[in-house]
Amino acid sequence: MSHNPEAASHPALQHHFDSMEQQHGATTLGMWLFLVQEIMFFGGLFTVYLVYRVKYFSAFAAGSNSLDLTWGAINTSLLIGSSLTMALAVHAAQTGRRKLLVLFLGFTMLLGAGFLGVKAAEYHEKFEKHHVPGASFKIDLNDPGQKGFKGVDANNAQLFFSLYFAMTGMHALHMVIGLGILGVLLVKSWKGHFSPEYNSPVELTGLYWHFVDIVWIYLFPLLYLIDRYHHY
Amino acid sequence: MRFTLPLFPDEASTMAGRVDALYFYLLAVTAFFSVLIFVTVLAFAVKYRRSKHPVPVQMEGSMPLEVAWSVIPLGLSMVMFVWGASIFFSMNRPPRGALQIYAVSKQWMWKFEHLDGQREINQLHVPVGRDVRLTMISQDVIHSFYVPAFRVKQDVLPGRYTTIWFQATKPGSYHLFCAEYCGTNHSGMIGQVVVMEPAQYQIWLSGGAGEGSLAANGQKLFRDLACDTCHRGDTGSRGPDLAGLFGKPVTLQAGNKVVADDSYIRDSIVNPANKVVFGYQPIMPTFQGQISEEGLLQLLAYIKSLEASKTAAPAPGAAPPAAVVPQTRKTK
Amino acid sequence: MSVAPQAAESRTHYLNADYGIRSWLLTTDHKRIALLYLVTVTLFFAVGGFLAVLIRLELLTPVGDLVSSDTYNRMFTMHGITMVFFFLIPSVPTVLGNFLIPMMIGAKDMAFPRLNLASWYMLLAGGAITLYSLVTGGIDTGWTFYAPLSTTFSNTHVIPAAVGILIAGFSSIFTGLNFIVTIHRMRAPGMTWFRLPLFVWAHYAASLIMVLGTPVVAITLVMVALERGLHIGIFDPRLGGDPILFQHMFWFYSHPAVYIMILPSMGVVSELVACFARKRVFGYPFVAFSSLAIAVFGFLVWGHHMFVSGQSVYAAMVFSLLSFLVAIPSAVKVFNWTATLYKGSIAYNTPMLYAFGFIGLFTIGGLTGLFLASLGVDVHVTDTYFIVAHFHYIMVGGVVMGYLGGLHFWWPKISGRLYPEGFAKLAALIIFVGFNLTFFPQFILGYLGMPRRYHAYPEEFQVLNVMSTAGASVLAVGYLLPFAYLLWSLRYGPVAGPNPWGAKGLEWETPSPPPTFNFDHPPVVVEEAYAYHGGQEDDVVA
Repeated sequence: MSHNPEAASHPALQHHFDSMEQQHGATTLGMWLFLVQEIMFFGGLFTVYLVYRVKYFSAFAAGSNSLDLTWGAINTSLLIGSSLTMALAVHAAQTGRRKLLVLFLGFTMLLGAGFLGVKAAEYHEKFEKHHVPGASFKIDLNDPGQKGFKGVDANNAQLFFSLYFAMTGMHALHMVIGLGILGVLLVKSWKGHFSPEYNSPVELTGLYWHFVDIVWIYLFPLLYLIDRYHHY
Repeated sequence: MRFTLPLFPDEASTMAGRVDALYFYLLAVTAFFSVLIFVTVLAFAVKYRRSKHPVPVQMEGSMPLEVAWSVIPLGLSMVMFVWGASIFFSMNRPPRGALQIYAVSKQWMWKFEHLDGQREINQLHVPVGRDVRLTMISQDVIHSFYVPAFRVKQDVLPGRYTTIWFQATKPGSYHLFCAEYCGTNHSGMIGQVVVMEPAQYQIWLSGGAGEGSLAANGQKLFRDLACDTCHRGDTGSRGPDLAGLFGKPVTLQAGNKVVADDSYIRDSIVNPANKVVFGYQPIMPTFQGQISEEGLLQLLAYIKSLEASKTAAPAPGAAPPAAVVPQTRKTK
Repeated sequence: MSVAPQAAESRTHYLNADYGIRSWLLTTDHKRIALLYLVTVTLFFAVGGFLAVLIRLELLTPVGDLVSSDTYNRMFTMHGITMVFFFLIPSVPTVLGNFLIPMMIGAKDMAFPRLNLASWYMLLAGGAITLYSLVTGGIDTGWTFYAPLSTTFSNTHVIPAAVGILIAGFSSIFTGLNFIVTIHRMRAPGMTWFRLPLFVWAHYAASLIMVLGTPVVAITLVMVALERGLHIGIFDPRLGGDPILFQHMFWFYSHPAVYIMILPSMGVVSELVACFARKRVFGYPFVAFSSLAIAVFGFLVWGHHMFVSGQSVYAAMVFSLLSFLVAIPSAVKVFNWTATLYKGSIAYNTPMLYAFGFIGLFTIGGLTGLFLASLGVDVHVTDTYFIVAHFHYIMVGGVVMGYLGGLHFWWPKISGRLYPEGFAKLAALIIFVGFNLTFFPQFILGYLGMPRRYHAYPEEFQVLNVMSTAGASVLAVGYLLPFAYLLWSLRYGPVAGPNPWGAKGLEWETPSPPPTFNFDHPPVVVEEAYAYHGGQEDDVVA
């Protein structure tokens, strides 16, 4: 790495790096590796879900049918929208537009919070229908919305909902953490920490946020959409 | 402390000799390469010690050597693979006509059920020179049926049958161990496989079938649990006809075909919602938790004994229909 | 270097640059973090070792008369958990890897120093939670946590232990992440990939496994905890779950995990053999690529732990075939190390003795792996003492030997002191003898049929068990010796110069101990690794 004294004096350059370039390269690779291991982490849950989807086909199809498609679709658009605003925020940072950066970070947070609000509403509905796994889990065949569970083993249905909560819950946890990071970024952006020369925290947060979005892009079809209109 | 130093286990089954032959090949290869490396390292360490060889000769490598010491071990390993796989294949294909015995394992004992009705705990009597097939299940955690002298082992699972077979070659009493850690008394879950001459075995067999054959008990259970209410065997009955079912292909609700083996029948009783036959309603209640594994085995034995003509009552100790090789390895 | 070693006290280096507990607990210097890890893993090794002593004492007699069955089951479970997750996986990477990798590549520190410190805290936190579960009653599922025993039937502290391991897992993931980025981005000018020491290649490969494999065991343990708490039916067959699914998910990580353990030690051996034979490692590219091959193939063989589990025969055959393939790169390393000795100039310093020990014992351990890859034989010996012997040959005969060899080799660099060579050689010998006496009889016991995790056993197995316990007591003495004299050397050992072994490598071009930022001027690399030129380097310690 070239030993450029001017680059070495950038306030954001950490002492063990030789240049901003090296620092940027390292932190970017670090974030990609982190995302790869996140894929393996979620991958474990997805594997279990897929194994049991095949094994307990009717229970899981009934489970999917009992999820609210409208809310799911709204969430999908909220999250995709937030990825757009995040990408625009990164661009604003790269072009030195502080106010725009703050605005787009703010919108991203808003849309993310909206997603979490919808999720909370969905969870609440599951709670009311006694679809939360545990001692109080039960299927009520008298409820017209739960007719699809006729003939289905309650244990298998509970397994579907366990995986539903585990997967969407893990995803939501990652979104909460993401919102926290975005909050910190928002404050730093407002204070003018970022510039065209130094904006990798924004860029890397963008990577993380897009990853969380992609996880949802997989969750939505696998949980909500497939076998939607399967009738027995 | 009694000073006995056994160094090699008894060979008491038809499989033992095959396993030991492969073992000796592995030992030979291991000994050869271990000695080769040890001697070479030692020889180089001495011959090229610094006091005698102060100036090292630098060398980069040798492609021919790298190829040789990759390919030769690969070749030797492939012999091991094919040989081992062939033994394994035999271990997993119980021969036709094997004597069928059932085993239920639980924390911390082995329960064996002979078709004629004899029950044994922690002891299994078998005749010498005859193929024996054990169909096994656990009531709780995973156990493992292991007879070192026979060189066979098979995990025993909850919720699913697994199978092991062997043919004993020498009368005697051999250790039976549980080989999958199962809790507090894992090391106490041991017993004996008692191998008897055919004459002795017959005497033993006739000695103790106090409670009726498995199939007869199964028939009784079938009636007590009112299975015959729906599985009447006539047209219009709410449940499929079970006569001659065992071993035949069955089409399920989703259109897929499965073979009616041991596990299928058991699953149909404890988890009927997932095994609804095409054309029937999903109305069978689950008997999970209401029938013990022994009870399920009795029902299984009874259903296996149902000939297609469905009029004959099962003979005690009836062997399963000849056309069957149960595929107990299918994961349901 | 012909300059007399400067007394450490009059020079500023990483140990005396700052004093006080805060300067250690809040350090971001990779070398200090390595020492924090050294203390931590030594502690866990002591706990695990103590449990091993108790186990071997119990097994002196065929009846369970020292402790109750429940206690015994907790003992071997905690021995396994402590040793696997809190010693074997961290030791070489976090102590030696952390200390050396930045220096070996010519960097000032790791790519993410604060993450490095955080990783240590994670190991500490995970260890504390696991030790908590030990002292409040323990866990008795075996370190393998098989379901449904662990999820439904065990009455012990499964969830805290699982949480502890989960947190330690993240320590491992972030360590691996740090290593990969550091090796990719922080190499000094001229340090191309093929000029890297093989120690670095080995750690790179191990780091790939750490990053890719560990998350799977993390999520598996989460599911065990959920199953235990909420009875949702993932692994419990009574609720529709599949216990074999647990085994697949568990072993998907836990098999590659053994390569996380062995690869860094193999990296150490490459360094030791090169230095003490005064030769470039024979077949350098093959040794480098074999590390990567082991990492990749290591992910494909997990089913060989499950040959009798009830998985399909065809799956078993595929796993058997792949397991033979994964053995080949390891054999390639052993052959290349041996060839390195050819026409070398060999010294018998303690680190080299450990390297010899590694080569011998790893060869035996690895070859016995072929027995296990062979389906026909594995059916007989799986879940017996044959397995116990096999993995202890690799873990103790391999990993621990490599760790001790490395610790001795780099001790002068780390501490600025030389350890007493006589005691060190004696200890190495005692360890070698004690180790073989402990574990070789277990191969025989295993083929005889003695199952593992047995508290009591049939009488006829006693003689071999007594031999094994005798060996264990010798081994214990062997391990206590380095603990004693390495500590002693901190105060009373002769002061070490920058390069007491006359070794090649950037770490040897710094003072002992090194300054906080490693190099006064960033090095520029112009030669290949192990560029020994006919033995002209000084060797202060003969």
